[in-house]
Amino acid sequence: MIPNDIKITDELVAEHGLKPEEYERILELIGREPTFTELGIFSAMWNEHCSYKSSKLWLKTLPTESECVLIGPGENAGAVDIGDNQAIIFKMESHNHPSFIEPYQGAATGVGGILRDVFTMGARPIASLNALFFGAPDYDKNKHLISGVVAGVGGYGNCFGVPTVGGSVNFHKRYEGNNLTNAMAIGLADADKIFLSPAKGVGRPVVYLGAKTGRDGIHGASMASAEFADDADEKRPTVQVGDPFTEKCLLEACLELMETGAVIAIQDMGAAGLTCSAVEMGASGGLGVKLDLNKVPCREERMSAYEMMLSESQERMLMVLDPAKEKIAEAIFIKWGLDFAVVGETTDDLRFSIWHDNEEVANLPIKELGDEAPEYDRPWIEPTPQAPLSDLKAPDDLTQAVLQVVGSPDNCSKRWVWEQYDQLIQSNTAQIPGGDAAVVRINGTNKAIATCADVTPRYVEADPFEGGKQAVAECWRNLTAVGADPLAITDNLNFGNPERPEIMGTFVMAIKGIGEACRALNFPVVSGNVSLYNETNGKAILPTPTIGGVGLLPNLDDMATLAFKNEGDTIILIGGHGTHMGQSAFLRDTQGREDGPPPVVDLEKEKNNGNFVRNLIRSGDTTAVHDISDGGLVLALSDMALAGNIGAKITIPDDQEAFVTLFAEDQARYVLTCSPDKATQIIRDAETANVPATKIGTVISSALIIEGHTTISLNMLKSAHEDWLPDYMAEV
Amino acid sequence: MKTAIIQFPGLNRESDMIMALENVSGAKTQTVWHTETSLPDTDLVVIPGGFSYGDYLRCGAIAARSPIMKAIVEHANKGGKVLGVCNGFQILVETGMLRGALMRNANLKFVCKQVQLSVENDSTFFTSKMNKGDEVTCPVAHHDGNYFVDDETLKRLEGDGQIVFRYANGTNPNGSLNDIAGICNAKGNVIGMMPHPENMIEALHGKTDCRPLFESIAA
Repeated sequence: MIPNDIKITDELVAEHGLKPEEYERILELIGREPTFTELGIFSAMWNEHCSYKSSKLWLKTLPTESECVLIGPGENAGAVDIGDNQAIIFKMESHNHPSFIEPYQGAATGVGGILRDVFTMGARPIASLNALFFGAPDYDKNKHLISGVVAGVGGYGNCFGVPTVGGSVNFHKRYEGNNLTNAMAIGLADADKIFLSPAKGVGRPVVYLGAKTGRDGIHGASMASAEFADDADEKRPTVQVGDPFTEKCLLEACLELMETGAVIAIQDMGAAGLTCSAVEMGASGGLGVKLDLNKVPCREERMSAYEMMLSESQERMLMVLDPAKEKIAEAIFIKWGLDFAVVGETTDDLRFSIWHDNEEVANLPIKELGDEAPEYDRPWIEPTPQAPLSDLKAPDDLTQAVLQVVGSPDNCSKRWVWEQYDQLIQSNTAQIPGGDAAVVRINGTNKAIATCADVTPRYVEADPFEGGKQAVAECWRNLTAVGADPLAITDNLNFGNPERPEIMGTFVMAIKGIGEACRALNFPVVSGNVSLYNETNGKAILPTPTIGGVGLLPNLDDMATLAFKNEGDTIILIGGHGTHMGQSAFLRDTQGREDGPPPVVDLEKEKNNGNFVRNLIRSGDTTAVHDISDGGLVLALSDMALAGNIGAKITIPDDQEAFVTLFAEDQARYVLTCSPDKATQIIRDAETANVPATKIGTVISSALIIEGHTTISLNMLKSAHEDWLPDYMAEV
Repeated sequence: MKTAIIQFPGLNRESDMIMALENVSGAKTQTVWHTETSLPDTDLVVIPGGFSYGDYLRCGAIAARSPIMKAIVEHANKGGKVLGVCNGFQILVETGMLRGALMRNANLKFVCKQVQLSVENDSTFFTSKMNKGDEVTCPVAHHDGNYFVDDETLKRLEGDGQIVFRYANGTNPNGSLNDIAGICNAKGNVIGMMPHPENMIEALHGKTDCRPLFESIAA
């Protein structure tokens, strides 16, 4: 065991991920050399992952309020009001670095961590989503990573008992060595019974609950704040091991305990475990915390104070309890077979005081550790805009091009993935993966929430500002397309090393774009997570600000789905024919090109067109609705045809290049169907609302027919769309 | 119909099952904690799905040795009805109340999707409102549903009408022997099945195919 009073050397400081100037600040703050445990605590609290030191300045610029927001960023998760004294609590968080090192456990504990964030606040998780990004298909570790991550996401959520209802899977060579796992959880709580982290009252018991503490995950948060080199595999011991069974018991025990009124404050032990949770509760409540580590339930012998304070063992919670109800609380936890231990108390001295074997091993100012951690205004340079697309070539074979786009790794069906997730548990799933957004009923009501996770990283790479806007707009559009009122988002910002001005510039511009779209669409950010240093050997990932959105369907009877329903229905394009080909899936999938600027998002149009579509859905006049995004009009039509197992006949105006009309990725667009007798009125109403609406075709038998250009049977579309991923994963 | 739902730590489809029993069967349900040693006055005992004890050791193995199981065996021996779904089926197999074993799915992956079930025995308490040969759509959600049993027992199960449900039309999702999805004991009062009929009972679920099963309980 390393003694607590060892000499703190420059090397030791550097190994803890602290910069010399940060260490100087520590010396200044405490007026002496820190103990070994104290150094560990500082490194845990001041790393990028916990302190947001590079990003905080910019995160503050995001809009966080609207009429529906109950709790914005800063708590374990954000909360929005859905009426009837019900609140939806949600957040997305990355577990990128661990999922590269140990894909199953890395992904599983990512899911476990985000579920805990949600039920810590008193919400029962009702849905889970994930956005996964892997290397190019020919990357040699890809299949190992995909099968491990997918099994880990499923393994945890399935056992815990939350339906995994949506998400995305993308491939790009820039994720090689840095695959991303972004997990989102959504919970339901009574709006007047949301539990928060600030501790209240001096001399109250600080209680440790859940699983025992081991040596797993020590320095996990610091690992998540560093780049990888080739030795990444050696970091496996810093990945935590998940136990979804214990988490399920912890959920039930916590909710049962919250019912008793015993809980004053609660914080889950996530990144930097006991340290971060205790500091968070004390610092936000304006109180000190004193801990006696000899009371901490341990599953390994001879653990040092340093190890206990930095362990990231999973499925643990810290609470401040009403002393009068301590016995009731203990009985509930014993019933669920979980540890319950009073490990300390709140104090009035604003110190974080840690005792072990009757010795004070740390005594630090709690505020400075927590909400006064360092904050940087990192230098940044505005990225150079992409040159306009030149030399646009038509495909030699339009049919082949359509099949390539429909069946490309990014656009193909992800059924192989989501059939490994329990999408149905809790009996409230109204739309499973494969649609624009998942829809989950609020049990016992006819209300439902819609949810999805979106980002188009190649757009963000080409123009971070427009790409940031687009991620928010697409999320808003997807919620709209099922008939929901978009409420709020959680953002999971995955980028490279912020100490490089060009990376920081991408980050800054993406945030500006996200902020602009959120403001225009009244779609505020209520929670989120930043994951930086996603680099291996100096190569950064594509900038990936994943946007997770939640919307409300006041009446489930007004839900739209994307499947074509009836032969003879009229197909209407909302938002006009497209012309923008820069950064299109067509260029990437058929010509191997990733150039040109991404489509510009006109937020006023986005709002106007979306509001029109949502009202139309609620009028009951649509039979199917789908948004247009990646892959353009033709991919939207293909999705609708395959989901409904009925085809379509489409006419392209003579003055347009067919391939441009089919593949352009202009924003703010939808495809919808209606019975033929409604079409004229819909188009007239659209005109009045200043929304471009055009009749483009009819739902017909069993092929996708682009008149005068190509006829593609549903079977061909289906096999292109469904076969790629299972075939890829089956190859040895 | 008085119904007792057994709650083991780690089970997670109990609310789905309670909803189906109460809304479709009209049953009065009460929940019995696994540490109890006796059952309340009940006609039917239901063990729902989930991951009792995290599926550690072997699916259902730890739950099968819980205090309440003795009372459930006695209840069954006296002719009382028992239904185990998914993990509940695995637990019943582990106690020996039903024959065979549920191995890891043939493709080694968890699978959640819709399958077709054919009703093979329409004289049980869970199928009396259906006819032999009826086909219903029903979801599965499991990692260990690959039913296996020795040849001799299989012959007896097949011969005695103890196969209650079979995966139909090539939808066997897990490699189960003879496409077996659900079985009963010789007396027919203990039924176990892997699929989740409780998730296919209202328009929201896409179809209402499995309502007659729960209506059978009410009959």
